[in-house]
Amino acid sequence: MQGKWINRLLLMPATAWFLVMLVLPLVVVAIFSFGERGAAGGYVPAFTLDQYLNLPARFTAFKNTLLLAPAGTLAALLIAYPLAYFLAVRASPKWKTILLVMVIVPFWTSILIRTYAWIFILGGRGIPTLLEFIGIEGVRLINTPFAVLVGIVYGYLPLMVFPIYVSLEKLDKRLLEASADLGSPPLRTFRQVTLPLSIPGIATGCMLVFILLMGEFLIPALLGGGKVFFIGNALVDLFLQSRNWAYGSAVAATLVIIMLVTVTLYMKLVARVGEQREDVSIL
Amino acid sequence: MSQPSDVEFVNVTKRFGDIVAVDHVSLSVERGAFFSFLGPSGCGKTTSLRMIAGFDQPTEGDVRLSGESVVGTPPYKRPVNMVFQHYALFPHLNVGDNIGYGLRQRTPQPPRAEIEKQVSETLELVRLSGYENRRIWELSGGQQQRVALARALINHPTVLLLDEPLAALDRKLRREMQIELQTLQREVGITFILVTHDQEEALSMSDTICIMHDGRIVQTGSPTQLYDEPINRYVADFVGKSNFFEGKVVEADGQGARIETPAGRTFAGRNPRDAASLQAGAAAVLAVRPEIIFVGSPGAGAPYDADVEAPAVIRNRIFLGEQTEYLVEAEGLGEVLVRAPKHAETQTGGFNPGDQVVIGWQAAAALALEDA
Repeated sequence: MQGKWINRLLLMPATAWFLVMLVLPLVVVAIFSFGERGAAGGYVPAFTLDQYLNLPARFTAFKNTLLLAPAGTLAALLIAYPLAYFLAVRASPKWKTILLVMVIVPFWTSILIRTYAWIFILGGRGIPTLLEFIGIEGVRLINTPFAVLVGIVYGYLPLMVFPIYVSLEKLDKRLLEASADLGSPPLRTFRQVTLPLSIPGIATGCMLVFILLMGEFLIPALLGGGKVFFIGNALVDLFLQSRNWAYGSAVAATLVIIMLVTVTLYMKLVARVGEQREDVSIL
Repeated sequence: MSQPSDVEFVNVTKRFGDIVAVDHVSLSVERGAFFSFLGPSGCGKTTSLRMIAGFDQPTEGDVRLSGESVVGTPPYKRPVNMVFQHYALFPHLNVGDNIGYGLRQRTPQPPRAEIEKQVSETLELVRLSGYENRRIWELSGGQQQRVALARALINHPTVLLLDEPLAALDRKLRREMQIELQTLQREVGITFILVTHDQEEALSMSDTICIMHDGRIVQTGSPTQLYDEPINRYVADFVGKSNFFEGKVVEADGQGARIETPAGRTFAGRNPRDAASLQAGAAAVLAVRPEIIFVGSPGAGAPYDADVEAPAVIRNRIFLGEQTEYLVEAEGLGEVLVRAPKHAETQTGGFNPGDQVVIGWQAAAALALEDA
């Protein structure tokens, strides 16, 4: 009996946090999304589907998010995997720590400042000027989807590197020798042993990056220059500038639903792969 | 040595930076033999095995498989397979896929049905029929061991390498697997090369044992040779148990030597090696196996003509079942380990700590050895 009360007591803060910070706002958003915009902005209670019917007006924001978030996740994965592999498998123990710290160092500075730096790198006096030196003219990088992609890959790379690094680090290197011993050249060994055994790390990294990218607004705002905007930017605009809370809520609710569906499907997929591989936790 | 050799080392040296792991080793393993590298950790036995597998390349010298040099050949191109110390089974594959792994690496890849057939045959060989779809983590240590064996044997390697294969098993299972490995080796007729630090394991399974120390071969021979005719103290100490009485050589001839201990007693012993290694005045040891020493009541007389006799006091008694081990304090000899067989115990009635006894042995059974 006593243990039960202690459990409840210990779970209280988390439950309170969960209710006040997650459930309550979601309920508010859901209610608002069926309401109307007041004359001076804000929210007027009503029950209408107008806001949802109006969603196509923000089609571009949805399109950009749903294209660039997966693309950014994929690009981050492609860049992070070789890096994590090098750190976990190839780097000497002496360098490993230094290199790992270097992956984290950017986090010591605000993402805002680091993204500002990219404005200059990609802007007129940055890379395009350098390209002019070798005769390639008229390249515009800033305020393009590419610039946003570069920005998000840069910003979220460490979140992808670490889970993959961890899963490669705990990979038993003797398995690679066993594979070679059984007649498999290095590339095949990578495909047949290393890659399958690092799937948990890949899954975690992709999940982390993808979820955060779906809600991203800072990087598209700075590097997209109002031309490449995400749902996050639409929400900032709707809630803070045009004060259309009802419409904003409908957009937010739609984003939440899209996320729920994607993440559920994704978890199912990972679980199906992981079904044959509880092993990984045993390792 | 009429059989052709499967594995040959010609003056092989392996250095890791400043460390010499294997130091000018030459050896030859006959086809179909059960050969063991025996020694403490760091003696170079595992490095030797890894050079046969191709994970390490020799710094100097030549490694040959079936007469052909394999220096520079990567592991995946060598006709040898290894059973790893902790098995190194692929955790993401089931038992059948683990065992079929080697077959799937071949070009052209054998048809699926053929692989399945061979996997099931190999599982039968290691007495795990029907385990194809089991997950690795569902298996006991002994079963994992067998899967590792099957995964290597299915490829019909020229040489099967075993790196401390039984180290992770409990004692009883280890005994069983020793017998099983030996039977299996006779059945498949493949050359087995075992690396172990466990002398009992090496003695019970091998045809030939190579004892290593600090990267060098100390002695190579059959288990009986190593036990009965160790060439120096290191081998006598490593293979079985021995009492060692240190001293100086008084005189030596072709058969043996007489050794004088600091306490002033002189003992005779056989020298299995050329007695040339024992010079008068040189440091040497007398090695006496505990089972050749008798222990009896004072005045009861020795069971045979003992050349050496000494009064002693029993310090400790350990009952081992088929025999009893005594630690005695003998006059002029110090602590001596004695093993009395069951039938002797029945005659004498056994002894207890504090009892006054007499111990002795025949000079022909004692060994005069280099103190190395």
